Amino acid sequence: MALDVMKTHVLHEWKHGKPLIACRFEPQGRFLFSSSEDYTLQRWNAETGEKIAWEAHDSWVRDFAFMPDGETVISAGCDDRIIFWPTTAEKLEPKLEIVAHKGWVRSVDVNSDGSLIATGGNDRAVKLWSPDGKLVREFVGHERDVYSVRFHPGGQFLLSGDLDGKVHQWEVNSGKLVRTFEAKDLHSYNGGQQVHYGGIRDIRLSPDKKLLAMTGLHKATNPLGAVNEPLNYLFDWESGSESKKQPAEGVGGIGWRIEFLSDGSEIVASGGNGGGFLLFFKPAEEKPYHKLKLPNTARDMSVHPDGLRVATAHHDGQIRISKMTEKAA
Amino acid sequence: MKAHYACGSNSHLMARRQFLGTMAGGFVVGGLGALTNPALAGQIQKNQMRVLVVYMAGGLSQLESWDPKPKTDTGGPFRAIPTSVPGIHISELLPKTATHMDKLAIVRSINTKNNDHGKGSYQMQYGRSQMPGTEYPHLGAVCAKTLERDDNPLPGHIRVPGGSRGSDAAYLGPQYASVGMNGKPPANSERAGSLTEAADKLRNDFRRQANERFSLQRRTASTDLYTQSYEQALQLMERREVFDVTKEPEADKDRYGRFDLGQHCLMARRLLENGIPFVQVQHSNYDTHNENFNFHFEQLGEFDQAFSTLIGDLHDRGMLETTLVVVMSEFGRTPRINQYYGRDHWGTAWSVCLGGAKIQPGAVIGKTNENGTKVIDREVEHGDLFHTYLCAVGLDSGGAFDIGGRQQPMADPSHAPITELLT
Repeated sequence: MALDVMKTHVLHEWKHGKPLIACRFEPQGRFLFSSSEDYTLQRWNAETGEKIAWEAHDSWVRDFAFMPDGETVISAGCDDRIIFWPTTAEKLEPKLEIVAHKGWVRSVDVNSDGSLIATGGNDRAVKLWSPDGKLVREFVGHERDVYSVRFHPGGQFLLSGDLDGKVHQWEVNSGKLVRTFEAKDLHSYNGGQQVHYGGIRDIRLSPDKKLLAMTGLHKATNPLGAVNEPLNYLFDWESGSESKKQPAEGVGGIGWRIEFLSDGSEIVASGGNGGGFLLFFKPAEEKPYHKLKLPNTARDMSVHPDGLRVATAHHDGQIRISKMTEKAA
Repeated sequence: MKAHYACGSNSHLMARRQFLGTMAGGFVVGGLGALTNPALAGQIQKNQMRVLVVYMAGGLSQLESWDPKPKTDTGGPFRAIPTSVPGIHISELLPKTATHMDKLAIVRSINTKNNDHGKGSYQMQYGRSQMPGTEYPHLGAVCAKTLERDDNPLPGHIRVPGGSRGSDAAYLGPQYASVGMNGKPPANSERAGSLTEAADKLRNDFRRQANERFSLQRRTASTDLYTQSYEQALQLMERREVFDVTKEPEADKDRYGRFDLGQHCLMARRLLENGIPFVQVQHSNYDTHNENFNFHFEQLGEFDQAFSTLIGDLHDRGMLETTLVVVMSEFGRTPRINQYYGRDHWGTAWSVCLGGAKIQPGAVIGKTNENGTKVIDREVEHGDLFHTYLCAVGLDSGGAFDIGGRQQPMADPSHAPITELLT
């Protein structure tokens, strides 16, 4: 069946039972990996929903990345570490552990040929690692916590986004800061509550590499009370200029994850005081052209390599698999 | 409004005359005269006991601070770390404070049975539950009254930050109400350049004379407040630099942190060193219904630097023995983590940290269960803590203020100090 965003529907609910945090399909599409507040990781068979859960880190895991062949999954923990696991093994034992940051490793990504792993964390550092665990380079320049890292598909650049709403573009080989994209509305300081809030929750390049997309939140009138709305920023990659801001009016919550679909549109998972949503945007338009309300607040999202299924991780302990096609008869 | 503390009794009138009379000479009479044990008052003056409260507004999470429960269903993402006291672990968000744990103590078994900001704030700062129509003095007012020195003209009850006068002294009178400070001398606290010192003295003498005459027949709470405000303003003018944190060395500003709480804690050190008996520093905001972990990471990073530096300095300067330090909130936060990664209000099982004065260093009082959902040992309430604070600075918390012949208990008589926490 062909992609039909307007017909997106929840296909499966897979129960873990404890609040979930992150989820990611492996590149071959065989498995979905997720993490939970109960400190376990889960591997789900992408077809059957069969689950294996195991204790991994001394803390929560907020992100996953995979080597390009899909045979190794890397979990990013809030315990300083990233851990490499064999994707398909029956019993999951660590292949490699790296003490990567001081405190939370918030984000991890692998470049297209699998030669470099990038991490970013609460220590404000961005680091590059070799697959055998050696530190290749450290990028210094963020003034607040690093929330997201993403390799440019061409491999020449690394992008890192922080709490301040800044995305730094680094030259991978030299470590040089090339330029900074400022998504100012994705950060706010609330003087009454005296807190910084927002941040670049995810970064993604469009398939044609012409657009840089990022998501997060704005309208944070009460950060401590979860009063805010999702917001995407689009930048023209070539010129570096802001192309579009895409708010989701009336949808309370945070844009946790953004990806591009095969038709060039963006899909965002949001969660917060408005509940959980899959939001669909066209790059040329400001408003979402479709919204799917999910049964519970969403915290992460991953599009299956088939481009038709999307997994969301939820606070109610469910993985939900939605299908962006017409329902099967 | 008639002042209910101005009953016209001989003892009160004497105190008032003494107060007004010594004002002209630049001194305030000590509130210690109102204590029921004068010998104790002399001892306190000699040792110059002081109190510092760091108020974590909104409700600090005990799980992200003093009572972590890592790898339980309520534990959250932060780990516990060892401290300078073997066997005591606190949250990894407080690594610098952990090195000072041998100077501090923790009460982990507070159950205030309340989840409301206003009520919790009152409980913890006034030592009693709020009742309509009844007013009690703030801990700061009690300390200002009982610990002030008669050779120190500065106000005894300071809030940082703040910019106004509080109405939190109840029957102790407005002179013990809090004065808000922002790290710099109060606005307009310099004598106007066009006014000579002699002319200024003359006009103040005249004002006092007129006040005295008026108050013989028509003294009210309002007139007392006016009088006190004028006198305190004069005292502030004389020693305005005490409130100017910019006078502190640049290196100290760096050590405490170039952010509000850092400079406010440095200000607190300056005030305590200048003999002010009660200083309350507020850090905002911990009411983290949303993204509890991100916000505690952000807030406690500041707290850890500023607070640990202050504790270290008080210790190094020999002040900790005479300074009670309390880190309190209106309540803790729920063990349950909500759908926004937040924690909600929770008065059922939470913690405070305290140290200095007569607090036993390195002590841990009470215990919560494995995942922090209830107290399982040595449950205490706000009233018990209030008694403990007073005892820690050498006061008899079972004592009373003589307010116009009426005995007003210093602390809730239905509670008692946590004696095992005191040396």
